Amino acid sequence: MSLLSVRDLCVSFPSEAGVVQAVRGVTFDLERGQTMALVGESGSGKSVTSLAIMGLHPENAKITGSVLLDGTDELLTKNDEQMSKIRGLRIAMVFQDPLSALTPVYAVGDQIVETILTHSPETSKEDAWKRAVHLLDLVGIPDAAERARAFPFEFSGGMRQRVMIAMAIANNPDIIIADEPTTALDVTIQAQVLEVLQAAQAETGAAMILITHDLGVVAGNADHVTVMYAGRMVEQGSVDDIFYAPAMPYTIGLLGTVPRLDHKSGEALPILEGNPPSVVNLVPGCPFAPRCPMAIDKCHESEPELTATGETQAGHLSACWRLEETKGLSHGDIFEVPVVRRNELTTLPRDERDTVLDIKNLHKHFPLLKGAIYRRQAGVVKAVDGIDLDLRAGETLGLVGESGSGKSTTLLEILELMKPTQGRIVVLGNDTAQLSRNARRSLRKDIQVVFQDPMAALDPRLPVFDIIAEPLGAFGWDKAAIEERVFELLKIVGLQADHADRYPQHFSGGQRQRIGIARALALNPRILVLDEPVSALDVSIQAGVINLLEQLQQELGLSYLLVAHDLAVIRHICDRVAVMYLGNIVEIGDVEDVYEHPLHPYTQALLSAIPIPDPKVERERQRVVLTGDMPSPADPPSGCKFRTRCPKFLSLDADSQARCVGVPPELSVAGADHNVACHYPEVLRVI
Amino acid sequence: MGNSDTLDEGPTGDERPVGAVSGTSVSISEPANVRLGRGKLTLRRFLRNKLAVIGLIGILLLIIIATLGPYLLPWGYLDIDKKAFLKPPSAKHWLGTTQAGRDVLALTIAGMRKSLIIGFLAGTIATGLASVVGTAAAYFGGWTQRIALWVIDLLLIVPSTLIIAVMMKGGVNHDYAWVVLALLLGAFGWMITGRVMRSMTLSIRNREYVLAAKYMGLPPWKIITRHIIPNISSYMIVDLTLGVGGYILAETGLSFLGLGIQAPDTSLGTLIGEGARMATTYSWIFLTPSAILVFLVLCINAVGDGLRDALDPSSQSGGSAA
Repeated sequence: MSLLSVRDLCVSFPSEAGVVQAVRGVTFDLERGQTMALVGESGSGKSVTSLAIMGLHPENAKITGSVLLDGTDELLTKNDEQMSKIRGLRIAMVFQDPLSALTPVYAVGDQIVETILTHSPETSKEDAWKRAVHLLDLVGIPDAAERARAFPFEFSGGMRQRVMIAMAIANNPDIIIADEPTTALDVTIQAQVLEVLQAAQAETGAAMILITHDLGVVAGNADHVTVMYAGRMVEQGSVDDIFYAPAMPYTIGLLGTVPRLDHKSGEALPILEGNPPSVVNLVPGCPFAPRCPMAIDKCHESEPELTATGETQAGHLSACWRLEETKGLSHGDIFEVPVVRRNELTTLPRDERDTVLDIKNLHKHFPLLKGAIYRRQAGVVKAVDGIDLDLRAGETLGLVGESGSGKSTTLLEILELMKPTQGRIVVLGNDTAQLSRNARRSLRKDIQVVFQDPMAALDPRLPVFDIIAEPLGAFGWDKAAIEERVFELLKIVGLQADHADRYPQHFSGGQRQRIGIARALALNPRILVLDEPVSALDVSIQAGVINLLEQLQQELGLSYLLVAHDLAVIRHICDRVAVMYLGNIVEIGDVEDVYEHPLHPYTQALLSAIPIPDPKVERERQRVVLTGDMPSPADPPSGCKFRTRCPKFLSLDADSQARCVGVPPELSVAGADHNVACHYPEVLRVI
Repeated sequence: MGNSDTLDEGPTGDERPVGAVSGTSVSISEPANVRLGRGKLTLRRFLRNKLAVIGLIGILLLIIIATLGPYLLPWGYLDIDKKAFLKPPSAKHWLGTTQAGRDVLALTIAGMRKSLIIGFLAGTIATGLASVVGTAAAYFGGWTQRIALWVIDLLLIVPSTLIIAVMMKGGVNHDYAWVVLALLLGAFGWMITGRVMRSMTLSIRNREYVLAAKYMGLPPWKIITRHIIPNISSYMIVDLTLGVGGYILAETGLSFLGLGIQAPDTSLGTLIGEGARMATTYSWIFLTPSAILVFLVLCINAVGDGLRDALDPSSQSGGSAA
């Protein structure tokens, strides 16, 4: 008898456009102590499934099927009051955004106490408080007894997520549902939180439903995987089945389109054309058929049922009409891999290329003000604290680091084209400190930006044509030339001419990002600044945008300055990488060299924190897990700023440690194109 | 629930057939690259809203009547019929006469013209001032903002009705007293809106599309007019429509107190003020101007709603074409 058995769960909502069939026939069993991952892109119905199990779905949702707890207790027929006796006690949930999931006006300890007292009112307040402190200690909150009295805003994102986990396990639940528990967090913090989650699961013996879009997280944490697409389960099996013998073309494609951290391919990524279908007014047939290169007539006529794939273990099910033929095929066999044409420029040795962007000793300091009426300066936040970078024509330089390391500040400082707090920014030979107003304005033609969130970066009030035409109009192009150029740009980024009349909200994330890229390209810039260009996109869409960026670079000879937190994406598109920590560059060099031979302990920790979508690799990997959060940039540690979290520092003797505390390390040459700022650099292979 | 907006989005991008977005049969004969301008798109979306179109027709009708009426009527609004004092509607005087023997229909039309001009003038001045000052203050920040806020706060504590009253007293017999009245109403009516627009701009000015425009090299006034004002335009339109109605009523109040439009000049307010005293016994003087006033404000509000929806791409008015 399974702990939780879900049978043919269907959820639909009414909407203006028609019935939204969010979930269609989800079936699975969950055993004690097991972790099942629900994987899918946004809109695939994975969150709705978990909310329906918890009874937290919107009131207008129509739910059919059966959800049995302990094999006998039907959850779907229970009303809200009956469900609230189960929620928190038997089934607990960890939400994606830990800030909005905690009440801001109560101390975290009180919130945990409330959870405990709700389900066991006979417990005394003192005992509940003691248990709350114990739980906070268990999830790795330092000084738990004291921190229990702190309010949510006094915790960092990772710490808040730990509090959420403490709350979830407060009543020893049998099932923990974790809905994208680490999506909002930095990679180093993600590694910590996943570890805590596993520890919490071990402590309570609970089963876990892990909802995520990150295949790396799945590979390292799940026992079973259910892949969802357009509200439907398309493949289900053990984690090894899914990763090593995927049968459904969608799963195969999904695994293939993810850039890998552990090896570099010189080729473009295979792409899944198109977008996931809307789940309103679904057309008959397999929902993936319009994007599937293997689709035959039958696929467009009726939807395949989940069937056993046969030769592997019993649990492996897949929904595809052509299961016999997909066996053993890899993504390269099914999906088209675009060929990237090489530009002569990129074959030129780096030293012979022009320097398009040169940054020397850049500082950006923000004053920290105090006082309500008379505001006096109480300190300085050194967001960027002396960095050197140079970008050559036709190359891509990646900036990586946790949030707060100064990556985005560096980008914005370059884009402002103003005189920095200290240091020099030279764009195409022009020192920004000496530019006149007009020169600054005309220099903007050559340096353009693509933002992270494609929805926020496009004015929702302007049709696409006006958005792309905007920079052209600003530089005085005449109407006919603008018209021609806009349609040319639409074609370059792979959009259709009739898209010009629509508003940004009519497009999917990937298309919106293409519009943003078209706008950035309008004036034929030499440098493109990319701020997390793919992190807001779904996995299957991401590959198309990455390919587009690569192809544009080759065709137009662009130089990219790219900020990303996904180190696998960096490895795929960058030539060089700079690792930042608290406003300094700690390691910089050729991307292959840095990834294969990381010298700085921070680089090693970052690389090791990224999960690799390969279960066997994940099981054998030794993680360098960093302790705690990044110190505040207003009050950085003396000497080497990283020493407070450095695993290397702990292994040193007292004399060597004194050097780290006293002397800030300078960037020094460690290879042909590889510099590192560490007193005791040592290669540690982590991938 | 993270994916609800993805679900509600309906058909996205590629799935829509080519040409379906334009919704009219005309587009089929047009070449594929013909593109609708922003103005045309807005117009088309506006025309889908039936109530707004009726409102627009209503306003246009009133404006036409106000402009052409005096030339078509047998009586001018200043004429006095000495044979008909306070008479109910008849063949000679379609809407009756006043105590002084003036034709109510002619008076109403003349009053409506004045009221319309005053309302639109004052409303436009107030909303225009508010949007310029509010957005500029927030966009530029620093001293611009401080000075703008001082002016706003100063004007807010000034007793505006009193000042208007004092200033109007000096210009009672002037032919263009009503222009002064409209200017004053507008100049004292924009402050709250200005503050709201400032706070709305503050939330928009750090959006990425504003940053993107800045890094594209757009000058500040263009960023304000293209990216900031359209994104707060729904509020501006609501403010303008409510404002026009409000200023017509304000003018009514002032005229009623003898501080606005003075006889022999007339306005809806003056007429309602005059008619109100005898509303129960000689209702025709009161009813027509009141009905016109209500109809006018209703029409303006319907147009305001329609415009707001047409300018807002997330509204339902885009739906029927899809």
